[in-house]
Formats: sequence, structure tokens, C-alpha cells
Amino acid sequence: MLNVRVRPYSNPEVSFFLFIIISQLGLHTVTGVWPLPQSLTISMERYSVNPKDFNFGRNSSTQICSVLDAAFKRYFSLIFPDYISENDGLSSHDAKPFSLVVSLDHDDCEGYPNENSSERYTLIVSAGKAFLNAETVWGALRGLETFSQLVYQDYVGAFFVNKTEIEDFPRFQFRGLLLDTSRHYLPLNSILKTLDAMAYSKFNVFHWHIVDDPSFPYQSRTFPGLSDKGAFHPMTHVYTQADVRRVISHARLRGIRVIPEFDSPGHTQSWGKGQPDLLTPCFRGGIPSGIFGPINPALDSSYKFMTRLFKEVTSVFPDSYIHLGGDEVNFTCWKSNPYVQGFMQKMGFGSDYKKLESYYMENMVNITLALNKTSIVWQDLFDFHEPHRCLSVVAVWKDGCYLCEVRRVTKAGHRVILASPWYLDKPGPTHNWARYYTVWPLAFKGQKEQKKLVIGGEVCMWGEYVDAANLSPRLWPRASAAAERLWSDEKQTYSVEKALPRLQDFRCKLLRRGVQAEPLFVGHCRQEYHGI
Amino acid sequence: MMMMAVAWKKTFILLQVALLCQGLRYNDLYDDDLYSEGMYTEPAEEEETVTVRGDSEYGSLWPLPLKVQMSKVPFRLSSTGFSIVDAKESSVGASCSLLQNAYRRYYGYVFANIRGRRHEPRSSDIPELQVVITSPDSECDGYPSVTSDESYELSVGQPYAVLKAPTVWGALRGLETFSQLVYDDEYGAKSVNQTMVSDSPRFAHRGVLLDTSRHFLSIKVILANLEAMAMNKFNVFHWHIVDDPSFPYLSRTFPQLSQQGAYHPYTHVYTPADVKMIIEFARLRGIRVIPEFDTPGHTQSWGKGQKDLLTPCYSGESPSGTFGPVNPILNSTYEFMSQFFKEISSVFSDAYVHLGGDEVDFSCWKSNPDITKFMDQHGLGRDYSKLESFYIQRLLDIVTTTKKGYIIWQEVFDNGVKLKADTLIHVWKGNQQQYQAEMTRVTSSGYQALLSTPWYLNRIAYGQDWQAIYKADPQDFHGTDEQKKLVIGGEACMWGEFVDATNLTPRLWPRASAVAERLWSAKEVTDVNDAYSRLAKHRCRMVERGIPAEPLFTSFCPHEYKGV
Repeated sequence: MLNVRVRPYSNPEVSFFLFIIISQLGLHTVTGVWPLPQSLTISMERYSVNPKDFNFGRNSSTQICSVLDAAFKRYFSLIFPDYISENDGLSSHDAKPFSLVVSLDHDDCEGYPNENSSERYTLIVSAGKAFLNAETVWGALRGLETFSQLVYQDYVGAFFVNKTEIEDFPRFQFRGLLLDTSRHYLPLNSILKTLDAMAYSKFNVFHWHIVDDPSFPYQSRTFPGLSDKGAFHPMTHVYTQADVRRVISHARLRGIRVIPEFDSPGHTQSWGKGQPDLLTPCFRGGIPSGIFGPINPALDSSYKFMTRLFKEVTSVFPDSYIHLGGDEVNFTCWKSNPYVQGFMQKMGFGSDYKKLESYYMENMVNITLALNKTSIVWQDLFDFHEPHRCLSVVAVWKDGCYLCEVRRVTKAGHRVILASPWYLDKPGPTHNWARYYTVWPLAFKGQKEQKKLVIGGEVCMWGEYVDAANLSPRLWPRASAAAERLWSDEKQTYSVEKALPRLQDFRCKLLRRGVQAEPLFVGHCRQEYHGI
Repeated sequence: MMMMAVAWKKTFILLQVALLCQGLRYNDLYDDDLYSEGMYTEPAEEEETVTVRGDSEYGSLWPLPLKVQMSKVPFRLSSTGFSIVDAKESSVGASCSLLQNAYRRYYGYVFANIRGRRHEPRSSDIPELQVVITSPDSECDGYPSVTSDESYELSVGQPYAVLKAPTVWGALRGLETFSQLVYDDEYGAKSVNQTMVSDSPRFAHRGVLLDTSRHFLSIKVILANLEAMAMNKFNVFHWHIVDDPSFPYLSRTFPQLSQQGAYHPYTHVYTPADVKMIIEFARLRGIRVIPEFDTPGHTQSWGKGQKDLLTPCYSGESPSGTFGPVNPILNSTYEFMSQFFKEISSVFSDAYVHLGGDEVDFSCWKSNPDITKFMDQHGLGRDYSKLESFYIQRLLDIVTTTKKGYIIWQEVFDNGVKLKADTLIHVWKGNQQQYQAEMTRVTSSGYQALLSTPWYLNRIAYGQDWQAIYKADPQDFHGTDEQKKLVIGGEACMWGEFVDATNLTPRLWPRASAVAERLWSAKEVTDVNDAYSRLAKHRCRMVERGIPAEPLFTSFCPHEYKGV
């Protein structure tokens, strides 16, 4: 890095040009929507929207819906960020009533969003009225988000919305964001704030990489020793059952699924502290070295433990998916252990430790199948070229030709979640938003049916260098770039240049909503971030 | 001599899995081009190397003082009984509000997270930290300067802890050190071990540059970073206040500069009251505020409020409508600069002002026929660096009349402009070899030098890049001892292209802390493992004090950041 030119101002014409663009963006006169809807017609005709005379309505069959009630409350403040009270003097001169009427085809509001939930909606804004129709409440949430982005303020602070017609639905069903709460503990508030911001970008899956080698913050009711011994601190650095419920319910109200990952058999150092005999004792020179490796796959007790743990986990987390991990298993320790070697002989694995891991993972998949859950595994297991009868969803995470991998996995008939190009813990500006935007998840050779197996993607915020101090600006707005790739039509969102002004504008909206979203380049927002 | 803060012992047995590829989720190098299909390699078939990082014997001290002697004898501080007071023999008393303010601040830091019960004073308690200013002139009401004495001696023991310093500036540094010695014992009681510290900085100029033009930074963010600077014993805030994109400085003499040139004339400006507040806030922490008004380049925003200041660029025979650097051929330019810098010299109290002078693009000057004519008249030929020198020369003369010293970016020196002997040359360009050669050239010409090249902290990379920042040394270049003495310090720079209030603070800290130790501590303090242990704790301390400093690596703090 030392040799790189320092102040990126070598070309004044270019920088000044950008500067002009960005200055104009600060004006906020016309707003866009992020991520871009599938079909969008905005006319120049505009209607005033007055907070004093604005209301959310619903059609008769949508009367009782707690998710909508909560959403109306949230979105009123998001649409009218300055509105404090009835006495607020803003835009009182030409008060005309405006109502946004929501209708749902299926008025089931009690459940959780799931892999089949429709997020489709239509939004028609006309004089004094907007109609938002959706098949489900989850689609209505997406439509409310869109509507909130259509409303803008003029210079004296009056609110307006233009005549608009939108038909919208996501390109991919699975649009996830991974947080790693093991390498650094993230306070509950950081997670909740992230969920808020996810909803603004229409993400719908929170992949909670909750435990890993460094710490085990999940407080298990079946095995409390795991966090007592394995968390950074047993009182201050844990997620209680109440915390977890709060995260799930906060996410649900925003149409976000929570999929926990209990990664095994590797990445489990912290598990061993509170669960003796779970990990494989490594040997050196014929005796145990005192160091432990992955979970011991040769013991029945390991599977019994995992069964009980997953029984708890699947009851705590309502989503039908669970992430089993299975990545980066180091075989050195297994190889050193005579008992494991004996087990290999017994099972006829020879010296192929991939077979051993496959055996372990197959057991895990069966455990979760018995609990009626669909399992996601990292690609490693697939790469072993063992038969994978039970594999269902494979998360592709390795660098390199990741589309080659996507092609192979889908060819084998498995569903794919793409993560490789979206490792957001790598910092900008080398890994800037455009890099995450110009990802083409389906640009591989394959039949239509094969491509359908790509159910989506996720952005990953691994925690080696990230905690509550720098999480938000490292996530936003770069994660939003990936969000548009996963939601919007690829042909309409091909161009980085066209996306830039909309993303700039969206980033200012995020600031306005209190999200600590970092700048894309030189410029300003009318209202800057108020924290430090 | 050995000491370990008990509270940290359990928590910081940090297994640092040596950065083997399999330990991380992706290859270190993450150069996409290196990989192609089928090239994934198996993890190396060898024992994982695990190094256990112990605690530093110096606890959480950062930057490391010149001399430290620590014992294992612990004393307690009681939040009810303990106080920081002026010693009887001190040359200042309660009228020194700078110190009173600092006492209150450090008391707050030390007792921020009281969890232990209040207890009656015991014989093993230290009831007071007594502060002695030894010089008759405490400088309590003055401003810090490049010659300020920041030395201090701290003795922690019974019956009192005593902090001695010639001036208030040393006392401020000593208070910070004292606060860093305090730790929570296993019952959560505030404790401090018997310790002797004798300390003074290696370099006199230890700065942080913030850029408020590319993005506006709120007062709140600037003040928070001044707080963080004091925690790291930085003593210069280099305020790169204006540049091409915006002119947020509200000038009394030329109010139209920010009226037209700021991002917004009211919400995105620094009023005279703001500037005054920042200078005073910095003074109370022993920090100088040096403003930079960079010319003749980097001045696009100036042109909006000041007609005819910038050079009109030509496209062929006629003006193109765009403007270049400050127009060096008009008398009005120099009249403007005289008045402007007269104001600056009175608003900013420091003896130095930074005049910039970097990255002047000549293409606009070249296009302008009036400039060509002027150059002919003055025998400058077609050497535009001579024209730049002509401008800078006159500017320096103007600034000299305001009784200010000046700092300039290295280009001005490189172009051979005649400079006053006390000019500071700010080195920022090139790779290591190049900047070291530049340091040699600058000091062999007898000028004082400031180094920033290795400390452009706006440049970020994945991983522990603080280590490279830490390893750079401003006196590592070919030169005599006399030349080395001309290096008066360095600055960490945070340019604002991609940085504003949302990401500035975690991007700056604790990476700037690495610069802080290099500039304060002895040259021999280079042990990265020892530094890691201290810096990890120092970063947690900053977090506890409300600064969102980012983590060095997988770890935790007893009190995580709560701001978000």
C-alpha cells in the first residue's frame, strides 16, 4: 500500500466533475428507490403529503395485523423524520389529506417469514391516495419501505410524493447478511440496529454466525456450561434466551428470517471449554498434547450431544433452515489421535479424512432432518466429492472462480447461496461498493432449471477486525450495493454510473434514519450523521 | 519491576493463531487473479503454530513512557476519598482552570465504571494525587508551542502519589499516564501499583491531520478526536480546513467564501465561535491547532465566493468557463491574501500556519494567454514551477508580516523556493526509499522536517496494518546526527475522500495510536508483541471512554462500545 499515490486528486477535471454531480445530489429534489423496483414509473406530477393529515388505511380483510401496526408506527417516523408533534409548523399551508391504503391477499400476520414467503407488491400513488397491494404482509413491508423512500422534502421542509406506479418483487428469495458474534461480541443493540438497516435495503435473512472458535456467547438452556466457560465473559458477553427471542421478534416485524449457524466440526474451540470430551484430543509423540481439535467424530457421545443441542436450537429459532457450517476442518488433530485412527479403520475410510468429515456431517444433516429442518452447509462438504444424498443447500464462500463452483453445485442438483464475492469485512476503498455491485450471480453456463437453484446470496461480515465500534460504517452502504444485486433486475441495474447517484441519495437517507453509513466519495448530505 | 494488571490477566490470554490461511476464512492475499478453478489448495499438513501472547510488563501504558519502574505492591483508590489536588509547593493554585478542568476530567476517566463498593479509607489506600508545577511560569493561561516542555515525573506510592512537571503541559501528560496505571482489581476496586515514571517526548511535533473540506466534520466529531488525541499524547491538530470541494471556514473578512464555497452556508460551516471553541478545547488538552489554507492549488471552493481569485482556463482562444489554481499574476490576488492571512493570524493563536503548496496542476496556467505573457515579461520562460515559486515567494512574504511561522508541503522545497530558516517542510510523497531520500535532502539543507508519508491512515488494508504504521521511524534515513535533530516529528493524516463522521473515528483509532507511540516513546521501543498487548488494552480504554476505536484482532473488551 505504501507505494500507492496518495491523494486521489491527480485529475482535477474528473474530480471536479464528480464533485458537481455530488453537490447536486445534496439537493434531494427527486429521490430514487434503493434497491430499484422491477417496474417503476414516476411522473413529474407531485402531491403534497402532510404529516398532520396523513394516515395509513387498510382494506376490510386486513383489519387485525400486529406486524402492520408496528410497521405503520415505524414508517410514519421514517416518512416524516422531522415531525415531532401536532404543533409542528411544517408544511401547514396547503394541507390536503393523504392516505396509504394497504390490502393483503392473505391476511395471515401471525407467522414468521419463510423460504416461500411472497414479497411481491404493487404500489400506486395518485392524488391524495396510495394503494399498496401485496400477497402477504411481508410484501407489504417491502412496499412500505419503497413508499417511505418516495416521499421527499423541499427546501422549506414540506413533504411531497410524485405520481408513481410500481410493481415489484425480489429477483432472489434469499438475501442474507451474516454477522459474526464470536470473534467479537456484538451488543444486542448493534444487532437490532443492523436489522433495522437491513429492512431499509430489503434484506430478508439474518444469518447469525453466533459461535465459533474464539467464544460461545449463546446461552444454552440445555448446556449452560457452554457459555459459562466458552463466552468471553459469562455475564456481560452472552446472548440470553430473552436476547435471542428479542432478535427473532425484531427481525420478524421487519420480514427478516433469523438463521443461526452452529458451525461444526471445526471452528469449535470455544465449545470444548464447557463440554468435556466433545473435542478431539490431539496427540504428539503418542500422548495427548493438551491441545484439542475439531469435534470428535468417533464418539457416540458427540452425536448425542449435538442431537440435544440442535433439539434446543431448532426450538428456539423458528426458521425452517439451520446452518451447520462444516467449513475449514483441519485434519491434523484427527490424524494424530489413535482412537480416531481406529475408528477410520473400523469404518473402512482408509486414510481419507474427508470421508470422516462427510460421515460426521451426514450425521448432522440427519439430525436436523429428523427435526424437520433444512440444513445449509458451507461448500467444503460438497467439494469432497463424496456422495451427498442429504445435502440440500450449499453456501459458496471460497474465493477464485466462485461461479464455477456455483455451476458444479447446481449441476449436482443442490440449491446454492452465494457468499464469495460479498465478504464485506475487507475494507474499502479497494473493496468499494462498485465491486460488490458488479457481481453477476447467474453468469454461468447452465439450464434455466439449474439457475433456479441459486436461491440467493449473502453478505458476510466476519469479525476478526470488526466490533460495535466499526461495524455499521463497514456494512453500510456497501451491503446495500449487494442488496440491489439480489433484489433488482440485473439488466436495469447493470451500470455503476447510473447507480451512483441513487446510492448516494440512499446513503443520505440512511444517515437521516440514524444509520452510520459511510460516504462513497467526496460530498455531503443535507443532514449529516450526528454521532461520533 | 514486573507488574501485571490483575483484571486483565484472565481475559487477555490471547491465542493468536498465526495467520495461516486455514485460520482465516480466506487467503491473506485475496488477490482474485491468483486463483482459478480447481486451484484451491489443501490446508498445510502441519501442526498449527499457536503463540500465546502474554501481557506486557508495562500493563496498558500507551505511549510507553521513557522510564518506568513498577512494583507489584498495589494500592487502592477510593472513589469517595480519592482526589487530584494542587500540591502546596506548586507554582499554581485553584486559579489555573486548565488544571482544575484536567483534574475533573481524569477523575471521571479513572472512576468511570465503579463496580466495587464504597469503602472506608484504609491504610493501604492512596488518598491523593498531588500535582506540582515546578517552574515559576506554569504557562497555565498560555498556548502550547513547539518548544513547550512536556516532561513530567510521576511517583505513585504512599503517603501520596505525586506528579511533578515544569509546566501545565507536562502535568497533562502525567495525568494521562496516571490514569493509565489505574486498573480494576478482582473485586472491581480501583487499584494502582507502586510506580515511578520519568517521561518526556522523543519528538516535539506529534500531529493528527483532519480534512474538513472533502467531508464536513461536525464540532462534536472534532472534539471527540481531540479527546482521543490527548489520550495518546498527541499535541498538534493539523486542521486541513479548506480544499477544492468545500470552504467551511467562515471568514469575517470574506464571508462570501463560505457563503458560496461551503456545502451549505449555515449547516456546513465553522463559525468564529466554533473555531474559538475548538482552539480552547485543544489548549486545555495541550494540543496546538495549526490551520492549513492550502494554495495555490486545491482552491476550487475559494473561487466561488471570490471573483477573479482563480486562473480562468482557456480552451483555444477563449475562456473555457473552468478555473485553475490561484491566479499568480494579479495584484488583487496578493491584496486578498494579505487581508485573509491577517485575519487567520489573529483567529488562530498558534505560532505556525500551514500554507500547503502541494499538487499544483499547471495545465490551466499553460492555457491562459495572460499567464504566458506574464511569464515572458518576468523571464520565467515556460517553467511553470518557477511561476509557482513566484507565487509562493510572495505569499510567504505576506505571511511573514503577520509574524507567523509556516509549514509547507514538500513540493515547495523541491521547487527551490526561498524559505525562512525556521520553515517546516512536511514530507508526504513517495515510497519508503523516496521519502527517506527526501528527509535526507530537507535536513541536509538545514530545514526542519515533519514526516507523514507512512502515516496516511485514510489508506486501509485488511488485517493488522497498524504494525507497518508502528514500524516506520522518522529518523530512519541517511544523515548526520545534526540532520536527525532537524526532524521535529510527524503527523498521522486522515484525508477525507472516503471519510466523514460515520467512519472517521474507528478508522483513526487505534491506528493513529501506533503513530503516537512512535513519536513519543524512545526509538528503541519497537517490540510489536509487547505493543500489541498494551495497545489492545489501550484501545479498550478508549472504548470505555466513549471513543469508538476499532479492534486490532479477535478479542473483547470488558466494556464494549455502546454508542451504536
